[in-house]
Amino acid sequence: MTTPVRQRMWTVLPLFAAGALAAVVIAPTVGSTSISLTRAFDTSIPWADNVDAQIFFVARLPRVLAAAVVGATLATSGVVLQALLRNPLATPFTLGVSAGAALGAMIVIAAGLDVGALGVSTVPIASFAGSMGATAIVYWLARSQRRGLSTNVLLLAGVTLNAFFSALIMFVQYLADFTQSFRTLRWLMGDLDVGSYGPLVAAAPFVLLSFAVFAMLPRTLNLLTLGSDVAAARGVDVARAERLAFISASLATGAAVSLAGPIGFIGIVVPHLVRLLVGADHRVVLPASAFFGAAFLIGCDLVSRTALAPLELPVGIVTAMIGGPFFLWQLVRHS
Amino acid sequence: MLCATDLGFAYDARQPVLAGVSLEVRAGALVGVLGPNGSGKTTLLRLLAGMRRPTSGAVTLDGRPLHSYSRRALAARMAVVPQETHLAFDYSVMEMVLMGRHPHLGLFEVEGPADLAVARDALAATNVAHLEDRDFATLSGGEKQRVVIAAALAQATDVLLLDEPTSSLDLGAQLDIAQLLVHLNATRGVTVVVSTHDLALASGICRELVLLRQGRVQAAGATADVLTADHVRTLYDVDADVHVHPITGRVSVVPLRRAAR
Repeated sequence: MTTPVRQRMWTVLPLFAAGALAAVVIAPTVGSTSISLTRAFDTSIPWADNVDAQIFFVARLPRVLAAAVVGATLATSGVVLQALLRNPLATPFTLGVSAGAALGAMIVIAAGLDVGALGVSTVPIASFAGSMGATAIVYWLARSQRRGLSTNVLLLAGVTLNAFFSALIMFVQYLADFTQSFRTLRWLMGDLDVGSYGPLVAAAPFVLLSFAVFAMLPRTLNLLTLGSDVAAARGVDVARAERLAFISASLATGAAVSLAGPIGFIGIVVPHLVRLLVGADHRVVLPASAFFGAAFLIGCDLVSRTALAPLELPVGIVTAMIGGPFFLWQLVRHS
Repeated sequence: MLCATDLGFAYDARQPVLAGVSLEVRAGALVGVLGPNGSGKTTLLRLLAGMRRPTSGAVTLDGRPLHSYSRRALAARMAVVPQETHLAFDYSVMEMVLMGRHPHLGLFEVEGPADLAVARDALAATNVAHLEDRDFATLSGGEKQRVVIAAALAQATDVLLLDEPTSSLDLGAQLDIAQLLVHLNATRGVTVVVSTHDLALASGICRELVLLRQGRVQAAGATADVLTADHVRTLYDVDADVHVHPITGRVSVVPLRRAAR
């Protein structure tokens, strides 16, 4: 006799993992030049002569992997924050992380400081610093001496900081010249064209660290959604769990946003779809959302680079056009 | 086993919620904490459960102060049933009850067949075994409270603390929960502390009462000794007829009118 959750973990998760893996392998074969998978993976052809392999591994795979990492990160961060705030409408951007990142990126672009050195641009560094700055401010505001974080203050501080940073972003844009202004706007729409494996390697430590923390959280998140008193009575160190959840989700989101800009709606659409498919237990929802988020963003990116080819549609527009109506439907369903 | 000495608590130093509260809960006892709204019942239960630390005084479990236990160790000894449970996400009844197993599981451990058996046993004990696969959100108030109590039972503790568990339930469901508490106390030897402002519940099932008024203990002791017309008047400003049944010894309270001040 096996328990329902074990059963679901063993049936659902391999399926979702296989789907994500298939997306990673198949997506690079689609594009302006069609290539063959068998040729790309044929090691008997020398690298220099294997155009299919070069397109697959050099031109397209970094971008697909970026979509996978960003999709998985934003989806899981959404799950964690929704549980932390006990609010199904929370997103990874609710607590000001993306606004901080955007402000960082805007300042660097508008000040003309976006120089690239050794394949790493200053923009992602500035946006990561901005996201961590916003996280620190929100954390500091919500920290209460008596009992860890106050989730109410966390939510209010995050939403207010978002609005405040948006004003600063508009101010910076207003001062910027036309070219810079267009570049900042383009950054806000999200872009997965990372160009090489370098940015992925740079973001990896932060994402992996956060995922390691996420892996310890699922059963605790289940209990946190019942309320902090119930969680405490069941043996959860609530203050510590909330701190871990907030910091790891912010770190992961900051890394994802500095990699590809603030791509919206992944963090809310994916967790909700996954819950509809597999139930609410975070031990299934969290890993399933990682796989589904990866596949979903790879799919959206595929649409963004093929729908208007040779023109490229910013991926943030694609996710928002799918995610926006879905979000509203959820809002109506929950009220 | 659970002992509070001279407890004081204040969220705001100018307005103490509890002052000088002492009580002792013996193993196997069924104690009611009775008092009007705002008398500090919920706060007292939180302090007894170790969810808050008292501003002054101390709570001990088996002679050790609560704060010397880890959260997990404490959760293996005491379970708490809140007044109401609202979910942000849709969990099934079985998922809710299995969550009671948390303090008994390792960091990455997933509930096994043994935990499932404990959960089924708890659902049977609270008479909701047939609801196992239902969504918690679709249950009636009384059913929900039974499931929450089942989750507390699955936690396999020897102390059960309940905060006004019947205050949002209809009469039938109130009686069900009252009977359930008596049953669990009698058959499983669970030590029960239940806070309530319901005189019928307190007099009907509790063998001992602690009367709380404005954050202080008004009276404490055996139900028949404590639940007098005088105490009801000071507690609620209500004149009441109090009878002790000559054979069963059960106390019944019939409220008559608002007391003249």
